[in-house]
Amino acid sequence: MFVPFDSTMLLAILPEILLVVLAGVVLALDAAWQPEKRRWLGWLTVVGLAVAFILTATVSQPESEPRLLFGGMLRDDWLSFAFRLVFLFGAAITTLFAMDHEALGRKGEFYVLLLVSTLGMNLMASAGDLIMLYLAIETTSIPLYILAGFITTDDKSTEAGFKYLLFGAMTSAVMLYGFSLLYGFSGETNLYLLAGKLGELPMPALLGSLLLVLVGFSFKVSAVPFHFWAPDVYEGAPTPVAGFLSTASKAAGFAVLMRVLLAAFPAALPSWQGLIALLAVVTMTVGNLLALAQTNVKRLLAFSSIAHAGYILIGVVAVNAAGMNLGMASVVFYLIAYLLTNLAAFGAVATFGRVSGSDEMDAYKGLSRRSPALALVMLVAFLSLSGMPPFGGFIAKVFVFAAAVEANWIWLAVIGVLNSIIGLYYYLTLLKYVYLYRQDNLEEEQKPLPISRPYALALVLLVIGIILLGTAFNPWFEWSRTAAASLF
Amino acid sequence: MQFPILSVIVFLPIAAGLLILLMPAGRKTEIRVTALAASVAAVLLSAWAYLSYDLAAGGYQFIEKVPWLPFLGISYHLGADGMSIPLVLLTGVVMLTGVLISWGVDDRPREFFAFLFILATGVFGVFVSLDLFLLFFFYEIAVFPMYLLISIWGWKVTREYAAMKLTLYLFIGSVFALVGALAMYFQSGLNTFDMLELEKAGFSAGFQQLWFPFVFFGFAVLGGIFPFHNWSPDGHVAAPTAVSMFHAGVLMKLGAFAALRVGIMLLPEGAQYWKWLILGLATVNVVYGAFIAMVQTDFKYVIGFSSVSHMGLVMLGFSTLTKEGMVGAGMQMFSHGVMTALFFAVVGMVYDRAHTRQIPELGGFSRVMPWPAVAFVLGGLVSMGMPGLSGFAAEFPIFMGVWRVQPWVAIFSAIAIVITAAYIIRVIGRVFFGPMPEHFAHGDHAVGDVNVLDKVAIVVICVLMVAIGVYPQIMAPLVESGVQNILRLVGGA
Repeated sequence: MFVPFDSTMLLAILPEILLVVLAGVVLALDAAWQPEKRRWLGWLTVVGLAVAFILTATVSQPESEPRLLFGGMLRDDWLSFAFRLVFLFGAAITTLFAMDHEALGRKGEFYVLLLVSTLGMNLMASAGDLIMLYLAIETTSIPLYILAGFITTDDKSTEAGFKYLLFGAMTSAVMLYGFSLLYGFSGETNLYLLAGKLGELPMPALLGSLLLVLVGFSFKVSAVPFHFWAPDVYEGAPTPVAGFLSTASKAAGFAVLMRVLLAAFPAALPSWQGLIALLAVVTMTVGNLLALAQTNVKRLLAFSSIAHAGYILIGVVAVNAAGMNLGMASVVFYLIAYLLTNLAAFGAVATFGRVSGSDEMDAYKGLSRRSPALALVMLVAFLSLSGMPPFGGFIAKVFVFAAAVEANWIWLAVIGVLNSIIGLYYYLTLLKYVYLYRQDNLEEEQKPLPISRPYALALVLLVIGIILLGTAFNPWFEWSRTAAASLF
Repeated sequence: MQFPILSVIVFLPIAAGLLILLMPAGRKTEIRVTALAASVAAVLLSAWAYLSYDLAAGGYQFIEKVPWLPFLGISYHLGADGMSIPLVLLTGVVMLTGVLISWGVDDRPREFFAFLFILATGVFGVFVSLDLFLLFFFYEIAVFPMYLLISIWGWKVTREYAAMKLTLYLFIGSVFALVGALAMYFQSGLNTFDMLELEKAGFSAGFQQLWFPFVFFGFAVLGGIFPFHNWSPDGHVAAPTAVSMFHAGVLMKLGAFAALRVGIMLLPEGAQYWKWLILGLATVNVVYGAFIAMVQTDFKYVIGFSSVSHMGLVMLGFSTLTKEGMVGAGMQMFSHGVMTALFFAVVGMVYDRAHTRQIPELGGFSRVMPWPAVAFVLGGLVSMGMPGLSGFAAEFPIFMGVWRVQPWVAIFSAIAIVITAAYIIRVIGRVFFGPMPEHFAHGDHAVGDVNVLDKVAIVVICVLMVAIGVYPQIMAPLVESGVQNILRLVGGA
């Protein structure tokens, strides 16, 4: 299984190498360029990420058999490949949203931090060893703490950064404790060798360490009860960062969760299925119910993203290796659809917030008269979140529920569909503000709402992506299936 | 390869809708003309499909099948049979008349027509889907634009409440049906969502009895079945005129049709098992709906509850699982569709001019708007089941079918005809005849006649109602061939 070093292995980490190079270039140019030229740093980052995306997709494809590289530190398979592309895409879109942000756009360190965090996510998705995994998670998280608190002049942003740091450090410590227990019990750090040793452990020890590890992962995917940071951080953090947190960072968490559960804990499969099912039910129900009461769009999206973590967990539960085994494939598909959709939602919020300076739902009154195009983007994004065709969110939900039914978790699917009804209610409520309500002061509606070029480009890309995922879903699904198959 | 007429019919509206969205918001006339052109094209195409359906061959025709997600056996599979092709025509007709009636929409007409056309695509799609997944796909597309159409352009007093209520009811219904559909898919083990394949899956009786209610009632919510009919009158009343027409005229048929196609046809033993419950509930629909319509003072609520009552007849026809009942139900779907579209159109015309729908405040409108008055009387006769009009051709077979199954129910539900006559005549008498209130006859609020577009819409519908009534053979054999197809599965006589 272990592959001795040869130079072609470098090809497998090409995206990571490119990210490091890009980060270095941006850092150097940030120092060299005059402040007025620094807006180009954003375009440079976008183009660099696009190039990395294309190169990764074409030359860095994994071999048909999964390999453990660099002494087992990294695993080169279709899952990590798929997720790395997703992260690169997410980072590129986030950069587009940040470019014209007053506080972020001209700061080279913003782009560098974003790139480093993306690097961490890439490593998370491919980590094959507990040590690598921990390092990757920290590489992802530490830049994100700073990004969340990036606007130092804004109390809310600072608070967000600090809160995120405290929660993150706490859960990461618990998770590390879990890792050390696993090592202590088995004497192994490699995920794929752990499984053999852990099988002999008594169940309580196994489940105990699993629980500790799950704490860290639950924080990453913002599952209840480790979700408390999400609303405050999303509200306070700069909107593009919040979008990145709720999509790419969450997807990275799920990549790790799937890999660790299936690679290291196959012995405890029925137990962790029950545990995750419980987590899914609580997460989606709490997320949806709390979302009902929100009046701030970013907080609403925070709770909605908690609820979506719950739906995705349904897919994680629905492992059924004897049958069609749709579960993990549906998770990958869901994450892709969710990434596009939620980025579009946060992008629309960022576009609007940049001009109006408010994220309150009241400010969105009359938006469809003020900017029909932006209103339409919100319509697409929110209907996709609520699971309406012909958008990606519908297909993703159907796959997840289908996976649950196939694996005989019908009650879980029923709770899932009931939850999606609650979801529909608050998404429609927001659309009511956008399409139905009028501003008290009708002149407000006449004010122009410019959408600058990077925003327009990103939003159009995302909307097209959402519709493609919702209509021409076969290639994406096959891709998700290939990725998920490499887990087993 | 033959001309993909069904695909063209299905995607024409959404393509026109997107085109309209791309036009500048200020060009209202161009937007309306585009909408009209698209709806004329849709009605012509659906009429062409209707006329070119080969009755001798029967079965599903105009079939198109393209794999969509081969791993799960999802395909883009369209086809129409005698049951669905009249409904396609109905949708075309309602779309055309709806656009004609909506000429006066002045608040964001671009979005209005775009959403209305997206809705139309969903409706067409459901009627011609032969793939279970595709059917859901279109079903949801047909539901969500409703929310926006009602909440944005609806009656200010209740629109938010009604729109949300309607959307949640329908969404709840559809997700339960979805779970049922997934259960069928996995149980069959055929790895296909193709309904023609699933028909042959041979589900066990226990499975069918368990899942039939999920699927049937999940869809029948949209068909307005008691006790899940509550969203419907509120929704009808709150919706703008064209949307009420679509809603009562076509969308409720969508629910009934999907309940038939997925519930009864795929789970026939379940239908046999549960038919008494459906029969009972449908009877409540018919009689209770008529009684409630009788006591309404709001003109539009009268029509709203009359829809509940008439859709009950459709369900009643289904529940008999006999040839007569089913043929009647199929005819009734079309007949009620055009009739109720006419009713709502006329209500809209009256309301636009009088700005009230309270029946006691109205009167004498036949003098200022004779065309709508005549049309309404005609529609009223249809809804009472007067021979020589389409209502008779539809309701008579339904009662025949019910009689064969349970004569008492036929007798009891026939009461509804009397009540229908009572409330329709009351409305006609109060609104269109009698003395006209002074402020409508003279002064600033004087009421004028309808415009020529409204008249065209009225005439189109009236011609259909009379044509089918006088000569049911233009539709009955079609529906019969569709029913044969269903009975083959249900095993009834």
